[in-house]
Amino acid sequence: MDWTTLQTAMAEQGYIADDDLAMAVHLALALGRPLLLEGAAGVGKTEVARVLSQVRDTQLIRLQCYEGLDAAQAIYEWNYQRQLLSIRAAAEDGETGRAVEDRIFSQDFLLERPLLKAIRQDQPPVLLIDEIDRADEEFEAYLLEILSEFQVTIPELGTITATSRPIVILTANGTRDLSDALRRRCLYAHVGYPDRNTELSILQSRCAGINGQLAGQIVGFVQSLRKEDLEKKPGVAEMLDFAAALMGLGIADLTTDPKVLQATLATLLKTESDRFNITTEIAQRLAGKAA
Amino acid sequence: MSRVTKFAARDPGPAARMSGFMAHLRDNGLRLGVGEAELSLTALTHVQASDPNEVRHALRAVCSGCAEDAARFDDLFDAFWLNGGRVAEKTMPAQSPTADNVHSSRNAKGLDAASGAGSATSPDGDDGGAAEDGEGKLVASVVQATMKKDLRDLVQPEDIAEAQVIARKLGAALHDRRSRRRKQARKGDKIHFRKLIRQSLSTGGEPLQLPKKQRPDRPLKIVTLCDVSGSMTVYAQVFLAFIAGLMREDETTDAYLFHTRLVRIAEALRDKDALRALGRLSVLADGFGGGSKIGVSLMQFSRTYARRFVDGRTVVLILSDGYDTDRPELIADALAALRKRGCKIIWLNPLKGWDGYEPVARGMAAALPHLDLFHPANRLADLEALEPELRRL
Repeated sequence: MDWTTLQTAMAEQGYIADDDLAMAVHLALALGRPLLLEGAAGVGKTEVARVLSQVRDTQLIRLQCYEGLDAAQAIYEWNYQRQLLSIRAAAEDGETGRAVEDRIFSQDFLLERPLLKAIRQDQPPVLLIDEIDRADEEFEAYLLEILSEFQVTIPELGTITATSRPIVILTANGTRDLSDALRRRCLYAHVGYPDRNTELSILQSRCAGINGQLAGQIVGFVQSLRKEDLEKKPGVAEMLDFAAALMGLGIADLTTDPKVLQATLATLLKTESDRFNITTEIAQRLAGKAA
Repeated sequence: MSRVTKFAARDPGPAARMSGFMAHLRDNGLRLGVGEAELSLTALTHVQASDPNEVRHALRAVCSGCAEDAARFDDLFDAFWLNGGRVAEKTMPAQSPTADNVHSSRNAKGLDAASGAGSATSPDGDDGGAAEDGEGKLVASVVQATMKKDLRDLVQPEDIAEAQVIARKLGAALHDRRSRRRKQARKGDKIHFRKLIRQSLSTGGEPLQLPKKQRPDRPLKIVTLCDVSGSMTVYAQVFLAFIAGLMREDETTDAYLFHTRLVRIAEALRDKDALRALGRLSVLADGFGGGSKIGVSLMQFSRTYARRFVDGRTVVLILSDGYDTDRPELIADALAALRKRGCKIIWLNPLKGWDGYEPVARGMAAALPHLDLFHPANRLADLEALEPELRRL
């Protein structure tokens, strides 16, 4: 599959990727490298992984990162309750220590967490490591090891090698800088806010029934809103919420009712000061320009 | 659309051109290794290598590592591959003597001299016009020479011993209590199940002992940046003694001086003999007591050393009065960039100790929103008083 076919396939699943992103995804697939996606919240980084799993018709395995994420949550853990019960049962049956040990440290008692699960699939899954910048540096280091070797060593069980190499997508939105080592291991694509035409096609592919004039207004409005001095600029996800809200309320033209427009801004502006700064007048001016 | 660069006939082929391009990117500050060159060539086998646009997208994905790299990539790509049809004489640019991974303060010029090509990391900033023409430069260097001071005159061994005691206390106060990982511990709030199962095997599944795990305290790393410009000379004595004490107390501490440029002094200060350390420092601190370029120095720090030495478990301690000859926005930008590394920033200002002091120096005012702690300090006793504040941090 070359990169334009991939771009079209992704578009069919409702994801409009620009050339840069499509090429990066294509290369990640072709070269078997992890892909690091960076960009503001709500521009559709996570969505890339979901769509890719649909395009490839494979499973999506997701690992949400947070500070203090450790091996027990990310890779594997033993099922301690079962182990304890099993030991007790074995004691009643008079089973010997060695046999018990072999049994309770076997695959049956292993709880797979996303990373281990991802390398033990028959079909290469899409592994989404979401918001990697939230995890701490220790985890980053551990991840590096897995991403380069695709194997996990469990002391009681031995080394588990990947049956299939997952397609790895990492996302980050810049809460902290990632290490150079991790960046170098990955291919990179920066996902920005889409331009007017791209955003319009996103809207049309997601909200099939939307009328052309309203769609143009919504996209124009959101695009000019992003140029305002905001704490949190509305992303693509917010734009889609906004469109859904307007369609739900049966609005056909942004400029007709200032009150409704101001109320629906709740879907776009998510901080108090942003709500305060975009007054009815400003909203009307932007809507007027977009019309 | 500019036309494709022609390569000289003696040029050995695509692999050499690609490594030439890698060297070109490297010269412009992108951090790439041999692995990327290889990967780039492999990547080109998966696209239409004759289509410049496809190649551009492909190489961008491989060669850029962050948003800034990606944004600059277009220009760099054009400069090398689409050079208006001109003939590229040399596919490989001249080797620059970069020793990026060696960080020694013996090389007093620091990183700025080594990786200077391309990006604007010149310590003079963009408005240093006066220093550029011949005469101004001469004057400046004369001033520098007279300002040269022997730090040994300033700092007494007793001061260092005293500072060391204080530094120990401060170091102890700075514990990162945020670690969310649990480690095995004698007393703890959670049961260490893995160990429990192992131990209970020998007693037939009866867990007689309950091993525990606990969130460990992680010590913070301290990085000090000390301003030794003219306006700070009188306080430098105290601060340098403090830094020397800090360094001797804690091996992981890192230290820098800045005036019109940034100098790493950690290596020199680790000398076992405290006075000899200061002697070595005097050599490094050429320009001591001169003008100050806080913003430029901080920016340089955040772009170079901070990438390697500053992380979420670091406290950056800036000792300066905030009088800067550059635009105050520079300071704000530099601090904002530094904060993105996840560190805590403490600014100790000797002037704040004065009665009726307001942070009116524009640089200081610009810095304030980015600080975790802004505190007066001009005597060792003041530094000692910091302890409870640091505990709260």
